[in-house]
Amino acid sequence: MLEIKNLHARIAEDETEILRGVDLTVKPGEVHAIMGPNGSGKSTLSYVLAGKDDYEITEGEVLFNGENMLEMEPDERAAAGMFLAFQYPIEIPGVATMEFLKTAMNAQRKARGEDALSIPDFMKRVKAAANHLNVSMDMLKRPLNVGFSGGEKKRAEILQMSLLEPSLCVLDETDSGLDIDALRVVSEGVNKLRSPDRAMVVITHYQRLLDHIVPDVVHVLSKGKIVKSGDKDLALELEKNGYADFVDAA
Amino acid sequence: MNASMPVRHTQAESDLFERFETSKSALSGSVAVTALREAAVDQIRDRGLPHRRVEEYKYSDLRAFLKSAAPLSESADVAAAKAVLDAQDSYGELERYRIVVANGVYLPELSDTDALAGEGVTITGLNEALAGEHGAQLLSSPKSALNDGLITLNTAFVQGGVIVDAAEGVSLSKPVELVQVATSRGAQVTRNKVTVGKGAKLRLLETFAGDSGQGEINSVFDYTVADNAFLATTRLIIGGGDAARLFTTIATLGAEAEFKSLGFIAGPRFTRNQQFINFTGENSEAKIYGVTMAGGDDLADQTLIVDHAVPHCNSREFFKTVLDGRSKGVYQGRINVAQHAQKTDGEMMTQALLLSEEAEMANKPELEIFADDVICAHGATSGQIDEDLLFYLRARGIPEAEAKTLLVLAFLSEAIEEYDEDDVTEGLESRVRDWLAGH
Repeated sequence: MLEIKNLHARIAEDETEILRGVDLTVKPGEVHAIMGPNGSGKSTLSYVLAGKDDYEITEGEVLFNGENMLEMEPDERAAAGMFLAFQYPIEIPGVATMEFLKTAMNAQRKARGEDALSIPDFMKRVKAAANHLNVSMDMLKRPLNVGFSGGEKKRAEILQMSLLEPSLCVLDETDSGLDIDALRVVSEGVNKLRSPDRAMVVITHYQRLLDHIVPDVVHVLSKGKIVKSGDKDLALELEKNGYADFVDAA
Repeated sequence: MNASMPVRHTQAESDLFERFETSKSALSGSVAVTALREAAVDQIRDRGLPHRRVEEYKYSDLRAFLKSAAPLSESADVAAAKAVLDAQDSYGELERYRIVVANGVYLPELSDTDALAGEGVTITGLNEALAGEHGAQLLSSPKSALNDGLITLNTAFVQGGVIVDAAEGVSLSKPVELVQVATSRGAQVTRNKVTVGKGAKLRLLETFAGDSGQGEINSVFDYTVADNAFLATTRLIIGGGDAARLFTTIATLGAEAEFKSLGFIAGPRFTRNQQFINFTGENSEAKIYGVTMAGGDDLADQTLIVDHAVPHCNSREFFKTVLDGRSKGVYQGRINVAQHAQKTDGEMMTQALLLSEEAEMANKPELEIFADDVICAHGATSGQIDEDLLFYLRARGIPEAEAKTLLVLAFLSEAIEEYDEDDVTEGLESRVRDWLAGH
């Protein structure tokens, strides 16, 4: 589903190199965790995959279902099935959450040549998803993410993810800012979306998220490269010993 | 005054003098009105059209913009006016009464005169009144607007308009649309006087239809809002064309009165929407909103002076401007607080969103306060579309153009929502979309 080959990326503005040869292959149905210390390039990798133009790709390629994803606009990537759950969801005053959800869902449907959702169908889907994630309809009446607590923002991200039904979900530190209860609700929401057709890349600092969302593969990203990969026990090892061993190895 | 004296007249100014010679016998008015017209033309002769060395017109140089001045439009026939109205209906399905002024002249045939009379609102043509004993009073200006260039131009050439009187205590079931129609090319110069009697409530929609060609549209709206009365006016200034659109509001508020206005500008080449708000009674409130969109080489100017001459009044000014291309936006807002106007609460905010590198915004909020126990605040911002917001929307599959549209709508809607006249502003979203798609 996702093939990242020797990916190098730098910050466009000051040419600081962040990713220095990332290789990663994710198959349908798999959940991959990417762990690493601060500054290792985790968030950059997620932004590069989503198409943020603050970064310049200097080498390598990314194939999404065999297509060159780096050539696609952010909205084309989304319509093709890519979803990034933001570490810091953006507040957009004046854009009502419901209106935003409808616009996003129908824009993706249009890009895929599907009909727009009817209002009742749309409402039904939103209500069902909101119910599972403990998101109140009252919250959805507010402008997008405005005045949401940290936990509400993360739940709203997962709500969007379940409504947009992507095939590739990249979760950037979805656990940050969540208390234990919120972490459980969000993780359950994510787990419900696990399916044989859908792949996930879960980026996190801490092992605790991986107790809830159990990964198939764990990678350690350090200084812009994946320096070690293993099964879920690798995460436990990292939790115990820290990143020091791998940072030095890189 | 020397600094503002033109050395020689421009083509447009010469055209205006010629226009006056040609039209003056046809322009109505008592002897006193004719004297006012002649004095106005003399003022233009002395000072020229408003230009950049007059402080109030520093950013909106009408003299430089007007290359020529078209003759006044000729009187309209009812069938032609009806055809324009049928083709261009600003409010579609919205239930409302209508008052029609075509080429500057009130057309009772197309207006809901009887129905309005039934609701306690009388309509008369301005021309009859100008010819009457008190005609000259209809052309008076408040202190803050004395000698203003646009009003002077209006006084010289005013062709007509309507006098709307809402009797004491009436509360209309529907808004009233005052639509000004151009059925042929030529300048359109009107003055409309609206009085909302004690305790009465009126919602006015001001629209314009038709094409005046190169002829300027110059309208003065003179509102009196009596004690405990309410007036909301929504002014749509929409469309392309090179004609200058020159609008003046004069509002005089009694005690415990409420006045709200929204000036919505999208598309004309040169627009000035200026407002003079005067508090004459205590415990009154004025809320002035502006939504402006300009692109290409457009200039759009929203100017206002709020005169707090009495204590215990509140004013709120909130203006939003979106600029693209090489357009220029102007906001000039001044709140005057007289020495004895204690407990005044004034709050002014102007915000601009620049969609291009070459667009330019002149924000000039001013406070002139002589009282010591007041709350007055002002703010001004100019910025671009936030790339992070845009990326977030695009990352959800919303194409760039639509994402920008959403953000522009979100930006403008803050002022529209605060204006709080949802039934009449409902259609503005599609106006914004049309402008974004078409300019």
